[in-house]
Amino acid sequence: MLWPSLARGLFRRPLTEPSTPPPPTTVAALAERLEAAAQARLGRSLAIRHVDSGSCNGCELEVNALSGVVYDLERFGLRFVASPRHADVLLVTGPACHNMTEAVQRAFLCTPDPKWVVAVGDCALDGGVFRDSYAVAGGVERVLPVDLVIPGCPPSPTMLLEGLLSLLAVQEEGAAEDPPPPAAAGG
Amino acid sequence: MSGPATRLILAGAERAPSRRELTPAAWADLPGALRQEAELELLALWAGIGAVHAAFRPAGGGALLLASTAAEESYPALSPARPAAAWFERAIADLWGLRAEGGVDGRPWLDHGRWGFTAPLSGRAVAQASEPPQPEFLPAEGEGVHQIPVGPIHAGVIEPGHFRFHVQGETIVRLETRLGYAHKGTLGLMRGKSPRAAARLAARLSGDSTVAHAWAFARAAEAALGVAVPPRATLLRGLMAELERVANHLSDWGFICNDAAFAWPHARCGALREVVLRANEAAFGHRLLMDRVVPGGVSIDIASSGMAAIREALALVAAEMPALRRVTEDHASLQDRLAGTGALRPAWAALFAAGGFVGRASGRDFDARRDLPYAPYDALPFAVPLLQAGDVEARLTIRMEELAQSLALAAALLDRLEPGETLVSLPIRGGEGLGVVEGFRGEVLCWMALAEDGLIRGAFLRDPSWLQWPLLEVAVEDNIVADFPLCNKSFNCSYSGVDL
Repeated sequence: MLWPSLARGLFRRPLTEPSTPPPPTTVAALAERLEAAAQARLGRSLAIRHVDSGSCNGCELEVNALSGVVYDLERFGLRFVASPRHADVLLVTGPACHNMTEAVQRAFLCTPDPKWVVAVGDCALDGGVFRDSYAVAGGVERVLPVDLVIPGCPPSPTMLLEGLLSLLAVQEEGAAEDPPPPAAAGG
Repeated sequence: MSGPATRLILAGAERAPSRRELTPAAWADLPGALRQEAELELLALWAGIGAVHAAFRPAGGGALLLASTAAEESYPALSPARPAAAWFERAIADLWGLRAEGGVDGRPWLDHGRWGFTAPLSGRAVAQASEPPQPEFLPAEGEGVHQIPVGPIHAGVIEPGHFRFHVQGETIVRLETRLGYAHKGTLGLMRGKSPRAAARLAARLSGDSTVAHAWAFARAAEAALGVAVPPRATLLRGLMAELERVANHLSDWGFICNDAAFAWPHARCGALREVVLRANEAAFGHRLLMDRVVPGGVSIDIASSGMAAIREALALVAAEMPALRRVTEDHASLQDRLAGTGALRPAWAALFAAGGFVGRASGRDFDARRDLPYAPYDALPFAVPLLQAGDVEARLTIRMEELAQSLALAAALLDRLEPGETLVSLPIRGGEGLGVVEGFRGEVLCWMALAEDGLIRGAFLRDPSWLQWPLLEVAVEDNIVADFPLCNKSFNCSYSGVDL
């Protein structure tokens, strides 16, 4: 029966864990990449569209864990959406596979401005173990302008959360004219 | 008593342990002989430079049979006798440039016309600068039939692939899967590397099966080099493989319920899975256990605090499973969605030699741990569940049964751990070997040929999904489009594992 389990759930401590604050250096670097006007429009809530550019599925496992009760991404105002047209952030996993280039770039074009591209995992960073392949262009930066990199193979949900929270923290920081190179989360 | 195809293969010249080389004339007779010996299962078909290889499983059990033939430009197709060969033949044409004469499907597969050249593994790639061609899909005709294109980018956090539905009203008339979007050229990258170096690629063929693929890859290398793995390493490999099975089955259990809009089991299974992954991290330093199984043994011994972490995680999952299973099986609105949905008839599972929960939910009684026994499973008792219904519910039930078995197996493996070596060095020489390991989706197969300098001359890794994807297309026929996610999740085929 489901009801006894649900009733027990009412009295139990939540499984969701507190998060660690994002590193200030990452936040500062991201803030420089985002104009003040964009910050005002995005507010403290971001819609994330995941795009798999040809990953091994390892990163997806950890990204999926973010939506679970332990990490509970939505409590921060971050949520996954089903279409790039609804998104503020494209979360791209995998190396830039040639067979996905057109789809990835079309997803980017479909995403309304202002928008951010977050490259997740060592493959998205520079192609990872696949970087020398005939089928791979390299990291996601080869096909899209990348704003934030969350490295790892795969990055743990904690690292992913830390990176995504720095996007939110940026909304309260200052802005600069020219976007500097992509920020790297988690050192 | 062997059939005509088995006799034909055994008449070939023995090139490597259990691999026979057939003359082109003998290979040409193979499709006809296979038609007369329906019980000889085709498990894989792949190529090397100037040769085509096939792996078969004899009906009575025992070791797999490998058959090869020389091929310069083309070879006689096996797909007229074994429909499962069609996807392999398309991949061979795309990667090695060898055409399957008389094949049932000649359309490109992994090659989307975007690499700048054709046949990358053939050694004679031809530059290709033209516009990528539009994919062709098999037709469906009838009044009111229309198409729904889905992907390659899907609505959820999943891998890329394209589904082309032909539907009439709400009913699926035909589904065709077009993959290859995640093609990373893995087999090409393996060439010329040592087995140790290439193991990192095998571990990333399909991230959720990283232990299974790395283990099959390691077994192939060890068979090629005649290396015996220390007992402690074998036990640790088994432990990691069972932990991988537990984590994935928990995840699938939750996601199947979630796709029927029943979120509670999804939340619980997700929390339990997290407990297992954290135990993995504590014990082996990686949540998904990547790069832990390497040719020659394991790259890391279990941490001293890891045994307790794993025991605790196993106990937690075991304690909650009965209640979770009761909820899943007693909830009428959930059962209404699962029972009878996406039914795969046993005849289809047998025809495609489907492994894992797909095969075992449709009456195919095969588990590599039991039927192609390897250490440490040859000394451990465990049961292999079997059902006939073949629907989403049956595939979920098989997972729940296997989960219980894996919890017990993992605990037994921990109990048997004794101090000892965990890694031996590999000799540098040539050889050829085959490795088969039961992953969570089914049996993973790896073939490897090493040159005299000890570097990989050719390798092929066959994920179980090769034989399961085509069956998903069959299972969803006459179901409604809204039930597709449920059917798809119950199969949970790997995209990257097939895209290579």
